[in-house]
Amino acid sequence: MKRGVIIDHAILILGVLFLITPLWMAFASSTYTAQEIARDGMRFVLGDNFIGTWGDLLTGAGSMFTESEGKTGEVTAVSGLLMLKNSLILGLGFAIGKIAISMLAAYAIVYFRFPAGPFFFWIIFSSLLLPLEVRIIPSYEIVAGLGLVNSYTGLILPLIASATATFFFRQFYKQIPEEMIEAARLDNAGPIRFFIDILFPLSKTMIAAIFIIMFVVGWNQYLWPILMTTDKEFNTLLMGIKNIIYIMDDGKTPAYNQAFALAVLSVIPPVLIVVLFQSWFVKGLTESDK
Amino acid sequence: MSHLSLANIIKTYPNGFEAVRDVSVDIAKGEFTVFVGPSGCGKSTLLRMVAGLETVTQGTITLADRVINDLEPARRDIAMVFQNYALYPHMTVYKNLAYGLVNRGFPKAEIDRRVREAAEMLQITEYLDRKPQQLSGGQRQRVAMGRAIVREPEAFLFDEPLSNLDAKLRNHMRLEIKRLQRYLGTTAIYVTHDQVEAMTMADRIVVLNKGKVEQAGTPAEIYHDPASLFVAGFMGAPAMNMLEARFEDGHMILPGNIRVHALARPDRDEATLGLRPERITITRTPVNGTALPFQLDLVEELGAGRLLHGRVGETPVTVSTSGDGEVPADDLHAEFPAAAMHFFDKETGARL
Ligand SMILES: Nc1ncnc2c1ncn2[C@@H]1O[C@H](COP(=O)(O)OP(=O)(O)O)[C@@H](O)[C@H]1O
Ligand SMILES: [Mg+2]
Repeated sequence: MKRGVIIDHAILILGVLFLITPLWMAFASSTYTAQEIARDGMRFVLGDNFIGTWGDLLTGAGSMFTESEGKTGEVTAVSGLLMLKNSLILGLGFAIGKIAISMLAAYAIVYFRFPAGPFFFWIIFSSLLLPLEVRIIPSYEIVAGLGLVNSYTGLILPLIASATATFFFRQFYKQIPEEMIEAARLDNAGPIRFFIDILFPLSKTMIAAIFIIMFVVGWNQYLWPILMTTDKEFNTLLMGIKNIIYIMDDGKTPAYNQAFALAVLSVIPPVLIVVLFQSWFVKGLTESDK
Repeated sequence: MSHLSLANIIKTYPNGFEAVRDVSVDIAKGEFTVFVGPSGCGKSTLLRMVAGLETVTQGTITLADRVINDLEPARRDIAMVFQNYALYPHMTVYKNLAYGLVNRGFPKAEIDRRVREAAEMLQITEYLDRKPQQLSGGQRQRVAMGRAIVREPEAFLFDEPLSNLDAKLRNHMRLEIKRLQRYLGTTAIYVTHDQVEAMTMADRIVVLNKGKVEQAGTPAEIYHDPASLFVAGFMGAPAMNMLEARFEDGHMILPGNIRVHALARPDRDEATLGLRPERITITRTPVNGTALPFQLDLVEELGAGRLLHGRVGETPVTVSTSGDGEVPADDLHAEFPAAAMHFFDKETGARL
């Protein structure tokens, strides 16, 4: 029994180490200067340049030169804070937008009897077969046609429709007992009141689950923002990780330290979201609202 | 003058199924009417049409001199108690009770007064701040009742509200619902498949079968004067004894070549004879040629009484007796009193 517990824990600790070590190395390395990393490789032990690296990263001050297409020129780097803001806007806009749209779509499909309802549902559902990558050129065409290139609207709006989330909400609504809906009708709750007073609060756990998933998906968008934005003002953290390698520290060494710091920074918000919402999610599941 | 009336109601579901076929019922103000019948006979359909949750294919529903066929459920001035309580799980008991009033724009003070009054009546005041999942089944049932009471409606509708409770609680709530309804004087329709509930709670019973009214009447009328074989068999536990009888020159002939002098007879030579188990008397000394040989198979001891399961000729017969005295053994005879004999048409089941 006791041995079993020890073995269990050993396995768990090994697993945690396996996952945490690269992250720790990235963080530890980010506390050195770019030159030190270029000379000695990645580090396990903290250095003394934490403030230097992270300060430069967040303000965008330390990076002064860029090399692209064979030319070296002076540019100002995008500050880490701006990229963080952009990523948050994308992640939150993506998650909240998807939840709002798919909740309403599922509401219409489940509760309103209109002749083409099932047809629309299957249309939405079959759009699962067409991920963004497949339709990215036509999507770009449309957004460009609307003049939404280089805007948050253009970044978020075209991605907001979600067959997955619509499907989950539909399944969720379908298992809400018919009697409760009827009780609400007798209680003079019209469609809007029913949605706000009853459906929305009941869906909280579902919303939390979908929010976690969609935030991370939105946060990790790479191809779409690259295509949709040319202005550095719209750079996200993930785009930044790639770009920052072109930024030369002191004109010679790529800013590895900032790249590591940026990698670490880009992991923190999704982790926070998962941790925060997970406790909620579990609570909702165990309390069993039905 | 009836308060709630169903006139020639027909319900055909979109798939073509005729769930209710020409049902007419008149309910007086303050009357507690029970719709009873086997599962699938259309009780819920009927109730849901009154509630407005189901459209009426044909016929007229009138409540307090107002035709309500086409009114929205919320505007019919009725309140319904559902089988599975249908409470809002995310709202406190207080909010569950208040919700229907809030949505009707009642002033806060009035809502508070009504909620507290109903909670007092139902003894759930101390649970007002709890959520439904923190309550027991019986307490949830009370909350569901409360939600109907605060509305102070013209009529209560109940759809098998006790079927999720255990037997003991069910008996208790049965009485309580009846008492509350009496106290409030609100017209009520109560739907159940349980004939005991129907007998004990109803001012008037409507027995339904295959979407039609078999009989409507007081519990006593239904029990002692069943209009059809179906009603006779459905109401009463243990069930009424049924024997296939033939009549010939003043004699009644039962399966197994039992032949006795006929004390009563229908207007034809063959019929189904029905007898309530408690109306049969068992004797050892047969009286004047009308007693039938009763072969005892099994005795069921009920404490307050006894059930004797046996046979008369080839037909199984159950007799209910008072529990005192020794358990009778063999050489028994059953007496069928003329007044207790019901005759039914063998084909149609109609009372003769
Ligand atoms: N929406 C529906 N569509 C078709 N048939 C239905 C529908 N609802 C109920 N029925 C049928 O109508 C009959 C009566 O149903 P119901 O009124 O629920 O019976 P009960 O007396 O058990 O409450 C049943 O045979 C049932 O299968
Ligand atoms: Mg039913």
